[in-house]
Amino acid sequence: MIRVILPQHLRILAQVDGEVAVRVAEPATQRKVLDALEASYPVLRGTIRDQATQRRRSFVRFFACEQDLSHETPDTPLPEAVVKGDEPFLVVGAMAGG
Amino acid sequence: MSSVRVLVGTRKGAFLLTADGKRARWEVSGPHFGGWEIYHLKGSPADPNRLYASQSSGWFGQVVQRSSDGGKTWETVGNKFEYDGVTGTHQWYDGTPHPWEFKRAWHLEPSLDDPDTVYAGIEDAALFRSSDGGQTWQELPGLREHTSGPKWQPGAGGLCLHTILLDRANPGRMFVAISAAGAFRSDDGGNSWRPINKGLRSAQIPDQDAEVGHCVHRIAMHPSRPEVLFMQKHWDVMRSDNGGESWREVSGNLPTDFGFPIDVHAHEPETIYVVPIKSDSEHYPPDGKLRVYRSRTGGDQWEALSRGLPQSDCYVNVLRDAMAVDSLDSCGVYFGTTGGQVYASPDAGETWAPIVRDLPPVLSVEVQTLS
Repeated sequence: MIRVILPQHLRILAQVDGEVAVRVAEPATQRKVLDALEASYPVLRGTIRDQATQRRRSFVRFFACEQDLSHETPDTPLPEAVVKGDEPFLVVGAMAGG
Repeated sequence: MSSVRVLVGTRKGAFLLTADGKRARWEVSGPHFGGWEIYHLKGSPADPNRLYASQSSGWFGQVVQRSSDGGKTWETVGNKFEYDGVTGTHQWYDGTPHPWEFKRAWHLEPSLDDPDTVYAGIEDAALFRSSDGGQTWQELPGLREHTSGPKWQPGAGGLCLHTILLDRANPGRMFVAISAAGAFRSDDGGNSWRPINKGLRSAQIPDQDAEVGHCVHRIAMHPSRPEVLFMQKHWDVMRSDNGGESWREVSGNLPTDFGFPIDVHAHEPETIYVVPIKSDSEHYPPDGKLRVYRSRTGGDQWEALSRGLPQSDCYVNVLRDAMAVDSLDSCGVYFGTTGGQVYASPDAGETWAPIVRDLPPVLSVEVQTLS
Protein backbone atom coordinates (compact mmCIF):
# COMPACT_ATOMS: atom_id res chain seq x y z
CA MET A 1 0.00 0.00 0.00
CA ILE A 2 1.13 3.52 -0.75
CA ARG A 3 0.65 5.98 2.07
CA VAL A 4 -0.67 9.37 1.02
CA ILE A 5 -0.78 12.45 3.21
CA LEU A 6 -3.28 15.03 2.07
CA PRO A 7 -3.32 18.70 3.07
CA GLN A 8 -5.83 19.71 5.71
CA HIS A 9 -8.42 21.19 3.34
CA LEU A 10 -8.51 18.03 1.24
CA ARG A 11 -8.71 15.81 4.33
CA ILE A 12 -11.78 17.79 5.38
CA LEU A 13 -13.25 17.52 1.90
CA ALA A 14 -12.62 13.77 1.74
CA GLN A 15 -13.72 13.35 5.36
CA VAL A 16 -10.59 11.48 6.39
CA ASP A 17 -8.26 11.78 9.33
CA GLY A 18 -4.53 11.30 9.00
CA GLU A 19 -2.99 9.29 6.18
CA VAL A 20 -4.87 7.41 3.52
CA ALA A 21 -3.55 4.35 1.72
CA VAL A 22 -4.05 3.25 -1.87
CA ARG A 23 -3.05 0.09 -3.69
CA VAL A 24 -1.73 0.42 -7.24
CA ALA A 25 -0.20 -1.97 -9.75
CA GLU A 26 3.53 -1.88 -10.26
CA PRO A 27 5.31 0.14 -11.33
CA ALA A 28 3.71 2.68 -9.03
CA THR A 29 3.54 6.18 -10.48
CA GLN A 30 2.04 9.56 -9.60
CA ARG A 31 -0.71 8.98 -12.12
CA LYS A 32 -1.67 5.61 -10.65
CA VAL A 33 -1.64 6.94 -7.13
CA LEU A 34 -3.80 9.92 -8.04
CA ASP A 35 -6.14 7.74 -10.10
CA ALA A 36 -6.56 5.40 -7.14
CA LEU A 37 -6.99 8.30 -4.73
CA GLU A 38 -9.71 9.86 -6.87
CA ALA A 39 -11.42 6.50 -7.29
CA SER A 40 -11.57 6.06 -3.51
CA TYR A 41 -12.46 9.69 -2.86
CA PRO A 42 -14.30 11.10 -5.90
CA VAL A 43 -14.72 14.43 -4.15
CA LEU A 44 -11.00 15.01 -4.74
CA ARG A 45 -11.43 15.02 -8.51
CA GLY A 46 -10.39 18.40 -9.81
CA THR A 47 -8.74 19.51 -6.57
CA ILE A 48 -5.27 18.08 -7.20
CA ARG A 49 -5.34 17.74 -10.98
CA ASP A 50 -7.28 19.78 -13.50
CA GLN A 51 -10.27 17.71 -14.57
CA ALA A 52 -9.88 18.48 -18.24
CA THR A 53 -6.11 18.33 -18.70
CA GLN A 54 -5.19 16.01 -15.80
CA ARG A 55 -2.29 18.33 -15.11
CA ARG A 56 -1.25 19.06 -11.55
CA ARG A 57 -2.83 22.25 -10.31
CA SER A 58 -0.27 25.03 -10.17
CA PHE A 59 -0.37 25.51 -6.42
CA VAL A 60 -0.22 21.83 -5.52
CA ARG A 61 3.10 20.07 -4.96
CA PHE A 62 4.07 16.42 -4.60
CA PHE A 63 6.85 15.60 -2.14
CA ALA A 64 8.37 12.31 -1.00
CA CYS A 65 11.66 11.27 0.58
CA GLU A 66 12.56 14.95 1.01
CA GLN A 67 12.39 15.37 -2.75
CA ASP A 68 10.06 17.56 -4.86
CA LEU A 69 8.44 15.18 -7.33
CA SER A 70 6.10 17.85 -8.71
CA HIS A 71 7.98 18.22 -11.96
CA GLU A 72 8.45 14.52 -12.66
CA THR A 73 6.25 13.21 -15.44
CA PRO A 74 3.07 11.55 -14.15
CA ASP A 75 4.35 8.18 -15.32
CA THR A 76 7.75 8.28 -13.64
CA PRO A 77 8.05 5.43 -11.13
CA LEU A 78 7.82 6.59 -7.53
CA PRO A 79 10.79 6.10 -5.15
CA GLU A 80 11.16 2.59 -3.76
CA ALA A 81 10.61 3.80 -0.18
CA VAL A 82 7.19 5.14 -1.20
CA VAL A 83 6.29 1.95 -3.05
CA LYS A 84 7.22 -0.12 0.02
CA GLY A 85 5.24 2.16 2.32
CA ASP A 86 8.29 3.23 4.28
CA GLU A 87 7.78 6.85 3.24
CA PRO A 88 4.52 8.68 2.47
CA PHE A 89 3.61 10.48 -0.74
CA LEU A 90 2.76 14.02 0.27
CA VAL A 91 0.23 16.23 -1.50
CA VAL A 92 1.02 19.76 -0.36
CA GLY A 93 -0.58 23.14 -0.91
CA ALA A 94 2.22 25.36 -2.18
CA MET A 95 3.42 28.19 0.01
CA ALA A 96 2.39 30.70 -2.64
CA GLY A 97 -1.18 29.51 -3.01
CA GLY A 98 -4.42 30.64 -1.40
CA MET B 1 -43.36 34.76 12.55
CA SER B 2 -41.22 35.48 9.56
CA SER B 3 -37.47 35.34 9.74
CA VAL B 4 -34.54 36.04 7.48
CA ARG B 5 -31.38 34.15 6.69
CA VAL B 6 -28.51 36.12 5.19
CA LEU B 7 -26.03 34.02 3.23
CA VAL B 8 -22.59 35.59 3.18
CA GLY B 9 -19.72 34.42 0.99
CA THR B 10 -16.26 35.62 1.98
CA ARG B 11 -12.65 35.17 0.96
CA LYS B 12 -12.20 32.57 3.70
CA GLY B 13 -15.51 30.84 4.21
CA ALA B 14 -19.29 31.17 4.33
CA PHE B 15 -21.38 32.61 7.14
CA LEU B 16 -25.10 32.30 7.77
CA LEU B 17 -26.72 35.15 9.69
CA THR B 18 -30.25 34.64 10.99
CA ALA B 19 -32.79 36.84 12.73
CA ASP B 20 -36.50 37.06 13.29
CA GLY B 21 -38.62 39.52 11.36
CA LYS B 22 -37.57 42.43 13.54
CA ARG B 23 -34.04 41.95 12.24
CA ALA B 24 -32.54 43.38 15.41
CA ARG B 25 -30.82 40.38 17.03
CA TRP B 26 -28.69 38.14 14.88
CA GLU B 27 -27.14 34.74 15.23
CA VAL B 28 -23.98 34.02 13.30
CA SER B 29 -23.09 30.56 12.02
CA GLY B 30 -19.71 29.89 10.47
CA PRO B 31 -17.21 29.83 9.07
CA HIS B 32 -18.44 27.06 6.84
CA PHE B 33 -15.74 25.76 4.47
CA GLY B 34 -13.16 27.79 6.37
CA GLY B 35 -10.15 28.79 4.34
CA TRP B 36 -11.94 28.56 0.99
CA GLU B 37 -13.22 31.41 -1.13
CA ILE B 38 -16.99 31.34 -1.23
CA TYR B 39 -17.79 33.45 -4.24
CA HIS B 40 -21.52 32.93 -3.89
CA LEU B 41 -24.19 30.97 -2.12
CA LYS B 42 -27.89 31.13 -2.73
CA GLY B 43 -31.12 29.41 -1.74
CA SER B 44 -33.72 27.93 -4.01
CA PRO B 45 -36.91 30.02 -4.33
CA ALA B 46 -38.79 26.73 -4.63
CA ASP B 47 -37.35 25.18 -1.47
CA PRO B 48 -35.64 27.53 0.97
CA ASN B 49 -33.85 24.65 2.66
CA ARG B 50 -31.98 23.91 -0.56
CA LEU B 51 -28.83 26.02 -0.73
CA TYR B 52 -25.96 25.94 -3.19
CA ALA B 53 -22.48 27.26 -2.51
CA SER B 54 -19.55 27.87 -4.82
CA GLN B 55 -16.37 26.98 -2.95
CA SER B 56 -13.02 27.60 -4.57
CA SER B 57 -9.38 27.91 -3.72
CA GLY B 58 -6.21 29.03 -5.37
CA TRP B 59 -4.72 25.74 -4.32
CA PHE B 60 -7.45 23.22 -4.91
CA GLY B 61 -9.79 24.66 -7.50
CA GLN B 62 -13.55 24.48 -7.62
CA VAL B 63 -15.94 22.60 -5.35
CA VAL B 64 -19.72 22.92 -5.22
CA GLN B 65 -21.63 22.34 -2.01
CA ARG B 66 -25.33 21.69 -1.54
CA SER B 67 -27.46 21.80 1.58
CA SER B 68 -30.95 20.37 1.96
CA ASP B 69 -31.53 21.62 5.48
CA GLY B 70 -30.97 25.34 5.25
CA GLY B 71 -27.24 25.19 5.77
CA LYS B 72 -27.04 22.96 8.85
CA THR B 73 -25.29 20.24 6.85
CA TRP B 74 -23.69 20.23 3.43
CA GLU B 75 -22.76 17.66 0.82
CA THR B 76 -20.23 18.00 -1.93
CA VAL B 77 -21.72 17.71 -5.41
CA GLY B 78 -20.26 17.86 -8.91
CA ASN B 79 -17.41 20.17 -9.81
CA LYS B 80 -16.80 19.13 -13.41
CA PHE B 81 -17.43 22.14 -15.59
CA GLU B 82 -16.41 21.02 -19.03
CA TYR B 83 -16.93 23.42 -21.90
CA ASP B 84 -19.03 21.95 -24.67
CA GLY B 85 -17.15 21.05 -27.84
CA VAL B 86 -14.07 22.76 -29.17
CA THR B 87 -13.41 26.01 -27.37
CA GLY B 88 -12.02 28.90 -29.29
CA THR B 89 -10.38 31.97 -27.91
CA HIS B 90 -11.37 35.22 -26.30
CA GLN B 91 -9.21 38.30 -25.97
CA TRP B 92 -6.57 38.41 -23.29
CA TYR B 93 -5.78 41.63 -21.39
CA ASP B 94 -3.24 42.59 -24.02
CA GLY B 95 -5.64 41.98 -26.88
CA THR B 96 -4.13 38.70 -27.99
CA PRO B 97 -6.28 35.57 -28.44
CA HIS B 98 -6.47 33.40 -25.32
CA PRO B 99 -8.08 29.98 -25.00
CA TRP B 100 -11.13 29.55 -22.81
CA GLU B 101 -10.10 28.03 -19.46
CA PHE B 102 -12.31 27.18 -16.53
CA LYS B 103 -11.30 29.04 -13.37
CA ARG B 104 -14.23 29.21 -10.95
CA ALA B 105 -17.96 29.57 -10.53
CA TRP B 106 -18.81 33.15 -9.65
CA HIS B 107 -22.56 32.86 -9.27
CA LEU B 108 -25.08 30.09 -8.68
CA GLU B 109 -28.67 30.90 -9.57
CA PRO B 110 -31.24 28.29 -8.53
CA SER B 111 -34.25 27.83 -10.78
CA LEU B 112 -37.41 29.65 -9.76
CA ASP B 113 -39.49 26.47 -9.56
CA ASP B 114 -37.24 23.40 -9.30
CA PRO B 115 -34.82 23.01 -6.38
CA ASP B 116 -32.69 20.57 -8.37
CA THR B 117 -32.12 22.94 -11.27
CA VAL B 118 -29.43 25.54 -10.85
CA TYR B 119 -27.43 27.73 -13.21
CA ALA B 120 -23.77 28.56 -12.76
CA GLY B 121 -21.98 31.62 -14.08
CA ILE B 122 -18.40 30.72 -14.83
CA GLU B 123 -14.99 32.29 -15.37
CA ASP B 124 -13.91 32.14 -18.22
CA ALA B 125 -17.35 33.32 -19.15
CA ALA B 126 -19.90 30.62 -19.78
CA LEU B 127 -23.25 29.51 -18.47
CA PHE B 128 -23.78 26.02 -17.09
CA ARG B 129 -26.90 24.28 -15.84
CA SER B 130 -27.46 21.34 -13.55
CA SER B 131 -30.82 19.60 -13.38
CA ASP B 132 -29.79 17.01 -10.79
CA GLY B 133 -29.07 19.18 -7.81
CA GLY B 134 -25.54 20.04 -8.86
CA GLN B 135 -24.28 16.50 -9.38
CA THR B 136 -23.57 17.09 -13.06
CA TRP B 137 -23.20 20.28 -15.07
CA GLN B 138 -23.83 20.92 -18.74
CA GLU B 139 -22.82 24.06 -20.57
CA LEU B 140 -25.41 26.10 -22.47
CA PRO B 141 -22.86 26.76 -25.20
CA GLY B 142 -24.94 29.16 -27.29
CA LEU B 143 -23.72 32.00 -25.12
CA ARG B 144 -19.98 31.35 -25.29
CA GLU B 145 -20.29 30.45 -28.97
CA HIS B 146 -21.93 33.75 -29.84
CA THR B 147 -20.13 35.28 -32.80
CA SER B 148 -18.86 38.07 -30.57
CA GLY B 149 -17.13 35.62 -28.20
CA PRO B 150 -13.65 36.05 -29.67
CA LYS B 151 -13.92 39.79 -28.86
CA TRP B 152 -14.76 39.34 -25.18
CA GLN B 153 -12.04 40.46 -22.84
CA PRO B 154 -11.59 40.02 -19.10
CA GLY B 155 -12.27 42.80 -16.65
CA ALA B 156 -9.85 43.29 -13.78
CA GLY B 157 -11.47 40.39 -11.95
CA GLY B 158 -11.31 38.03 -14.91
CA LEU B 159 -13.68 37.14 -17.74
CA CYS B 160 -16.52 36.30 -15.41
CA LEU B 161 -20.19 35.63 -15.89
CA HIS B 162 -21.44 37.15 -12.63
CA THR B 163 -25.13 37.91 -13.07
CA ILE B 164 -27.97 35.56 -13.98
CA LEU B 165 -31.55 36.85 -13.96
CA LEU B 166 -34.49 34.52 -14.49
CA ASP B 167 -37.83 35.92 -15.59
CA ARG B 168 -40.82 34.29 -13.93
CA ALA B 169 -43.26 35.94 -16.31
CA ASN B 170 -41.41 34.66 -19.38
CA PRO B 171 -39.97 31.25 -18.49
CA GLY B 172 -37.73 31.10 -21.54
CA ARG B 173 -36.17 34.48 -20.90
CA MET B 174 -32.88 34.88 -19.10
CA PHE B 175 -30.42 37.69 -18.75
CA VAL B 176 -26.73 37.37 -17.97
CA ALA B 177 -23.91 39.86 -17.61
CA ILE B 178 -20.23 39.33 -18.26
CA SER B 179 -17.23 41.48 -17.39
CA ALA B 180 -16.10 42.78 -19.78
CA ALA B 181 -18.40 41.69 -22.57
CA GLY B 182 -21.72 43.17 -21.51
CA ALA B 183 -25.30 42.02 -21.05
CA PHE B 184 -26.95 39.23 -23.02
CA ARG B 185 -30.50 37.93 -23.31
CA SER B 186 -31.94 34.58 -24.21
CA ASP B 187 -35.60 34.03 -25.08
CA ASP B 188 -35.36 30.28 -25.52
CA GLY B 189 -34.23 29.01 -22.16
CA GLY B 190 -30.56 29.69 -22.71
CA ASN B 191 -30.02 28.01 -26.07
CA SER B 192 -29.38 31.14 -28.07
CA TRP B 193 -28.25 34.55 -26.97
CA ARG B 194 -27.81 38.06 -28.23
CA PRO B 195 -26.00 41.05 -26.80
CA ILE B 196 -28.26 43.75 -25.33
CA ASN B 197 -25.91 46.67 -24.94
CA LYS B 198 -27.46 49.38 -27.10
CA GLY B 199 -27.14 52.70 -25.35
CA LEU B 200 -24.08 51.77 -23.29
CA ARG B 201 -21.00 53.92 -23.76
CA SER B 202 -17.63 52.94 -22.34
CA ALA B 203 -14.63 55.21 -22.69
CA GLN B 204 -12.28 52.30 -21.99
CA ILE B 205 -12.90 50.59 -25.35
CA PRO B 206 -11.95 51.88 -28.78
CA ASP B 207 -15.50 51.88 -30.14
CA GLN B 208 -17.33 53.37 -27.20
CA ASP B 209 -20.78 52.10 -28.19
CA ALA B 210 -19.65 48.72 -29.48
CA GLU B 211 -22.00 45.75 -29.48
CA VAL B 212 -19.83 44.01 -26.85
CA GLY B 213 -16.88 44.90 -24.66
CA HIS B 214 -18.66 46.81 -21.90
CA CYS B 215 -17.76 46.08 -18.31
CA VAL B 216 -21.20 45.54 -16.85
CA HIS B 217 -20.84 45.10 -13.10
CA ARG B 218 -24.36 44.05 -12.21
CA ILE B 219 -27.91 44.06 -13.49
CA ALA B 220 -31.08 43.86 -11.41
CA MET B 221 -34.77 43.36 -12.09
CA HIS B 222 -37.97 43.48 -10.06
CA PRO B 223 -39.96 40.28 -10.66
CA SER B 224 -43.19 42.21 -11.22
CA ARG B 225 -41.62 44.37 -13.96
CA PRO B 226 -39.34 42.08 -15.92
CA GLU B 227 -39.09 44.49 -18.85
CA VAL B 228 -37.36 47.02 -16.62
CA LEU B 229 -33.69 46.37 -15.94
CA PHE B 230 -31.23 48.39 -13.93
CA MET B 231 -27.49 48.22 -14.49
CA GLN B 232 -24.42 49.31 -12.62
CA LYS B 233 -21.75 49.53 -15.26
CA HIS B 234 -18.02 50.10 -14.65
CA TRP B 235 -19.00 53.73 -14.88
CA ASP B 236 -22.66 54.78 -15.31
CA VAL B 237 -25.91 53.58 -13.82
CA MET B 238 -28.25 52.57 -16.63
CA ARG B 239 -31.89 51.63 -17.10
CA SER B 240 -33.79 49.71 -19.76
CA ASP B 241 -37.57 49.71 -20.12
CA ASN B 242 -37.71 47.16 -22.90
CA GLY B 243 -35.96 44.05 -21.67
CA GLY B 244 -32.53 45.35 -22.55
CA GLU B 245 -33.28 46.37 -26.15
CA SER B 246 -31.94 49.81 -25.28
CA TRP B 247 -30.51 51.54 -22.25
CA ARG B 248 -30.38 55.10 -20.97
CA GLU B 249 -28.20 56.57 -18.30
CA VAL B 250 -29.87 57.35 -14.96
CA SER B 251 -26.80 58.33 -12.93
CA GLY B 252 -28.39 61.73 -12.25
CA ASN B 253 -27.04 63.40 -9.13
CA LEU B 254 -24.92 60.51 -7.86
CA PRO B 255 -21.58 61.74 -6.47
CA THR B 256 -19.88 59.17 -8.70
CA ASP B 257 -21.51 56.67 -10.98
CA PHE B 258 -18.80 54.04 -10.59
CA GLY B 259 -19.77 51.10 -8.40
CA PHE B 260 -20.49 47.42 -8.32
CA PRO B 261 -23.86 46.30 -6.88
CA ILE B 262 -27.36 47.48 -7.75
CA ASP B 263 -30.60 46.15 -6.37
CA VAL B 264 -34.34 46.82 -6.38
CA HIS B 265 -36.67 47.26 -3.40
CA ALA B 266 -38.81 44.15 -2.88
CA HIS B 267 -42.13 46.01 -3.03
CA GLU B 268 -41.38 49.20 -4.95
CA PRO B 269 -40.14 48.44 -8.46
CA GLU B 270 -38.96 52.02 -9.00
CA THR B 271 -36.88 52.12 -5.81
CA ILE B 272 -33.30 51.11 -6.43
CA TYR B 273 -30.05 51.08 -4.50
CA VAL B 274 -26.40 51.56 -5.43
CA VAL B 275 -23.19 52.14 -3.50
CA PRO B 276 -21.13 54.82 -5.27
CA ILE B 277 -17.41 54.11 -5.33
CA LYS B 278 -14.89 56.85 -6.08
CA SER B 279 -13.34 55.53 -9.27
CA ASP B 280 -12.09 52.52 -11.18
CA SER B 281 -8.69 52.85 -9.51
CA GLU B 282 -9.90 54.12 -6.13
CA HIS B 283 -12.18 51.33 -4.98
CA TYR B 284 -13.56 53.06 -1.90
CA PRO B 285 -16.39 55.47 -1.13
CA PRO B 286 -15.93 59.16 -1.92
CA ASP B 287 -14.69 61.28 0.99
CA GLY B 288 -14.28 58.22 3.23
CA LYS B 289 -18.07 58.17 3.78
CA LEU B 290 -19.91 54.92 3.22
CA ARG B 291 -23.27 55.82 1.73
CA VAL B 292 -25.91 53.84 -0.04
CA TYR B 293 -27.80 55.88 -2.58
CA ARG B 294 -31.47 55.27 -3.16
CA SER B 295 -33.61 56.43 -6.02
CA ARG B 296 -37.39 56.24 -5.69
CA THR B 297 -37.85 57.34 -9.27
CA GLY B 298 -36.11 54.47 -10.99
CA GLY B 299 -32.95 56.52 -11.34
CA ASP B 300 -31.92 60.12 -12.11
CA GLN B 301 -32.84 61.48 -8.65
CA TRP B 302 -30.84 59.94 -5.82
CA GLU B 303 -30.66 60.45 -2.06
CA ALA B 304 -27.80 59.48 0.24
CA LEU B 305 -28.56 57.00 3.00
CA SER B 306 -25.97 57.22 5.74
CA ARG B 307 -27.60 56.81 9.17
CA GLY B 308 -25.62 54.14 10.96
CA LEU B 309 -22.93 53.85 8.30
CA PRO B 310 -19.37 55.11 8.91
CA GLN B 311 -19.06 58.71 7.77
CA SER B 312 -15.35 59.21 8.17
CA ASP B 313 -12.20 57.32 7.28
CA CYS B 314 -14.06 54.48 5.58
CA TYR B 315 -12.22 53.01 2.61
CA VAL B 316 -13.88 49.67 1.96
CA ASN B 317 -15.44 48.44 -1.28
CA VAL B 318 -18.75 46.71 -1.87
CA LEU B 319 -18.47 44.01 -4.51
CA ARG B 320 -21.02 43.28 -7.22
CA ASP B 321 -22.76 40.31 -5.63
CA ALA B 322 -22.65 41.72 -2.11
CA MET B 323 -26.05 43.44 -1.88
CA ALA B 324 -29.48 41.91 -1.46
CA VAL B 325 -32.99 42.69 -0.22
CA ASP B 326 -35.48 40.69 1.79
CA SER B 327 -39.20 40.71 1.11
CA LEU B 328 -40.49 41.57 4.55
CA ASP B 329 -42.60 44.65 5.10
CA SER B 330 -40.69 46.90 5.34
CA CYS B 331 -38.07 45.77 2.91
CA GLY B 332 -34.69 44.94 4.42
CA VAL B 333 -31.55 45.89 2.55
CA TYR B 334 -28.18 44.22 3.17
CA PHE B 335 -24.66 44.64 1.92
CA GLY B 336 -21.20 43.38 2.76
CA THR B 337 -17.85 45.10 2.45
CA THR B 338 -14.31 44.16 1.68
CA GLY B 339 -13.58 45.17 5.27
CA GLY B 340 -15.69 42.28 6.53
CA GLN B 341 -18.74 44.18 7.70
CA VAL B 342 -22.27 43.15 6.80
CA TYR B 343 -24.73 46.01 7.23
CA ALA B 344 -28.48 45.61 7.46
CA SER B 345 -31.26 48.11 7.16
CA PRO B 346 -34.67 46.86 8.32
CA ASP B 347 -36.40 49.99 7.01
CA ALA B 348 -35.57 50.15 3.33
CA GLY B 349 -32.34 52.03 3.86
CA GLU B 350 -33.36 54.72 6.36
CA THR B 351 -31.15 53.32 9.12
CA TRP B 352 -28.29 50.86 9.09
CA ALA B 353 -26.44 48.75 11.62
CA PRO B 354 -23.72 46.17 11.24
CA ILE B 355 -24.75 42.56 11.79
CA VAL B 356 -21.11 41.56 11.93
CA ARG B 357 -18.01 43.73 11.72
CA ASP B 358 -15.00 41.52 11.33
CA LEU B 359 -15.54 38.81 8.74
CA PRO B 360 -13.03 38.14 5.97
CA PRO B 361 -13.60 40.32 2.89
CA VAL B 362 -17.20 39.81 1.78
CA LEU B 363 -17.69 38.54 -1.77
CA SER B 364 -21.44 37.98 -1.81
CA VAL B 365 -24.61 38.54 0.18
CA GLU B 366 -27.95 36.89 -0.45
CA VAL B 367 -31.06 36.95 1.71
CA GLN B 368 -33.82 34.43 2.22
CA THR B 369 -37.13 35.53 3.68
CA LEU B 370 -38.52 32.58 5.61
CA SER B 371 -42.04 32.14 6.91
